[in-house]
Amino acid sequence: MLEITEGSMAVAEAVRLCRPQVVSAYPITPQTHIVEALADMVANGKLDADYITVESEFSALSACLGASAAGSRTYSATTSQGLALMFEVCFNVAGMRLPIVMTIANRALGAPLSIWNDQQDSIALRDAGWLQFYAEDNQEATDLHYIAYKVAENPTVMLPAMVCFDGFILSHTYEPVDMLTQEDADKYLPKFAPAERLDAADPISFGMYATPEYYLEFRYESDKALKDAKSVIQAAGKEFGKLFGRDYSAMVEGYQLADAETVIVAMGSICGTVKDTIDEMRTEGKKVGLLKIRVFRPFPTGDVAKALKGAKRVAVLDKNISLGAKGAVALEVKDALYGSGIPVYDYILGLGGRDVRKKDIREIVSLAGEGTGDQFFGLRKEVL
Amino acid sequence: MALAVGCRARPGKARDNKTGSWRVFKPLFDHGKCSKCGTCQIICPESCITEDADGFFDPDCAYCKGCGMCATECPKDAIEMKQEEK
Repeated sequence: MLEITEGSMAVAEAVRLCRPQVVSAYPITPQTHIVEALADMVANGKLDADYITVESEFSALSACLGASAAGSRTYSATTSQGLALMFEVCFNVAGMRLPIVMTIANRALGAPLSIWNDQQDSIALRDAGWLQFYAEDNQEATDLHYIAYKVAENPTVMLPAMVCFDGFILSHTYEPVDMLTQEDADKYLPKFAPAERLDAADPISFGMYATPEYYLEFRYESDKALKDAKSVIQAAGKEFGKLFGRDYSAMVEGYQLADAETVIVAMGSICGTVKDTIDEMRTEGKKVGLLKIRVFRPFPTGDVAKALKGAKRVAVLDKNISLGAKGAVALEVKDALYGSGIPVYDYILGLGGRDVRKKDIREIVSLAGEGTGDQFFGLRKEVL
Repeated sequence: MALAVGCRARPGKARDNKTGSWRVFKPLFDHGKCSKCGTCQIICPESCITEDADGFFDPDCAYCKGCGMCATECPKDAIEMKQEEK
């Protein structure tokens, strides 16, 4: 049923329908509305879960770690500095192979302090071993939560998942969202039943130490599980489409790609702005297309290479930067296109909530046409 | 032994932890010099030195970490620590 609702409320409702048994989180803007709504649901008996209040994000994810190891479906949400504080626990959760799902309302990282949107926070944790999904709109953000649990808890995957959606731009925006019913959600998402769990009657330890002759192999196994998750993501996305009409089987989505000469690659809500710009430019006869990356980990290198093989040039929009190098998306796209001869230009933009408009996308298309790239875009020269 | 997913382990598995892999120096026991006093067995922090039917002592190299305490304490200097190539 279509409802006009705030992004955070839609995500909270989707999480409720996923029936998490333990929720632990710490409020931080712009994620707070999600966990406030879940706290209300637990207090009002609409969600049968233990809601563990804690003193920090480090403790929030640690509580989820323990609860997940004990066999509970577990949820948290955070952003920015909160995610940074979870850094150590994020790696532990992934190494212990615990399928926790966490929403990231993407926000810039300090210093300088900024509460506004970019994707630096989750990008900084791209190496942690979590699945990473990026949503374009609130419909996708809600749907990706069911898919995230389905994939994460698959016995061959058993990895945590981040569902990332742009803070404020999506989290605080009212949009129509088609919400599943509890019956539908239950049909799609079976009960979490891990093969092993913490149990005093049958003791087990998680994440023991590994000496140098084993550690490398553990890392290999984690990497393999994440890469092999690709087929599970595709199957879960396809099943979702079959049941509810919205197919998420593709890790990347093309828009006006078929004859596009300049292809923009982007993640998250900016894709909507890019699509609108492309619609305008197409009426002017300009062959511009978009490749949206929905799944950043595992990175769909082969899919990206295939989708971009007809392009004359590629312009990557990065709402993050690996300082001292390039934007994280551009680095992956350059890797995917290595040896193809197709030039890839990186544009760092929209950091800390800087608005990106249609005219900016047009300018980027023209910069890429001139062969100018690998730069910050939209710098205000007068303050430098 | 296949790796356990998530590096998980059941209790009571110290024997699975082959600490011998930590070793840099390996103790070589010279039974010709040995007086069978058993000091090496008492002093071994890994408890990996056992007595054979003839009363001589030898370490279980699957667990010997190569700490060298047995060689230091041996009153007959019957134990030599030798660097291992791996």
